Amino acid sequence: MSASSGNVIAKYLPVYFVLIAIFLLEVFLAFRIDSTATLVPILLLLAGCSAALGLMYFMHLAQERRSLFLSLIPATIFVLAMMNMFWGDSVRLLHMSPWAK
Amino acid sequence: MSQTEMAVQGHGPMMEESPYAIPSRKFTMWLFIISDAVTFGAFLFSYGYLRVATPNWVRPFERGNVINVILMTVVLITSSLTMLGAVDSAKAGDKGKAMRFLYSTMALGAIFALLHLREWFELFGRGITISSGLFGQTFFSITGLHLLHVISGVVALFVVAMKFSRGKLTPSHVETTGLYWHFVDLVWMFVVPLVYLTNFAH
Repeated sequence: MSASSGNVIAKYLPVYFVLIAIFLLEVFLAFRIDSTATLVPILLLLAGCSAALGLMYFMHLAQERRSLFLSLIPATIFVLAMMNMFWGDSVRLLHMSPWAK
Repeated sequence: MSQTEMAVQGHGPMMEESPYAIPSRKFTMWLFIISDAVTFGAFLFSYGYLRVATPNWVRPFERGNVINVILMTVVLITSSLTMLGAVDSAKAGDKGKAMRFLYSTMALGAIFALLHLREWFELFGRGITISSGLFGQTFFSITGLHLLHVISGVVALFVVAMKFSRGKLTPSHVETTGLYWHFVDLVWMFVVPLVYLTNFAH
């Protein structure tokens, strides 16, 4: 039993170190790249990679039944569609601070 | 199942299979995670939108502050690793080890919260609060929401750990709580680049 716990830690250590490495790369790039417009997409891409690793290996989505994965897709589409209802409100920001003055 | 067994055990064992053969507890947690992810997504989108569109954005973080962010991130990712150990030990029936991993996860979560609060008080000391402009509003909203999730997670882990040690909860409860904890870690991976690291750009 104890060995099993040790194994799982050892099994996920590569993922752990990759996540740390991606984060340190993000910090390095934040110091190296001066343009915010260039930096933001790169950081978001790296964050997306970290999130995918976390989802697949830490949250075990890669090993879950396909039925769970497939059931989550319509739920995700539904909440994104619901969130889309709020974009109209966010556009009103254009007429408010900081562009109003 | 015989009529006698059904009379003694009830219909529970016969009704164990959930729709799609997914444990309902885990499925519910996933649905919660999806809806919560959208909440964070909306917050982060609004932050990014305002950050990029505002030319004179406040950048209160000095490059020295990066040490604190690195420490917080490493602590949170490590807590996900200990949570994996807790789930695996609980499933393997090693309650003692599962409890040790759960306590480690709680401790790391508490350390993260303390580091976060220290950073907040440092900003308060410099006059940056939630009412001091767009940066304060968005920064404290996002990090406050995340900190609330971390503190709630530590409390939930404590309750689950106590009940699990007494045998009132099963390893699947630990696994479901673990999903939530990993989600909190996952959200932080987006908070750091958008809210902290872009403040080093010029």
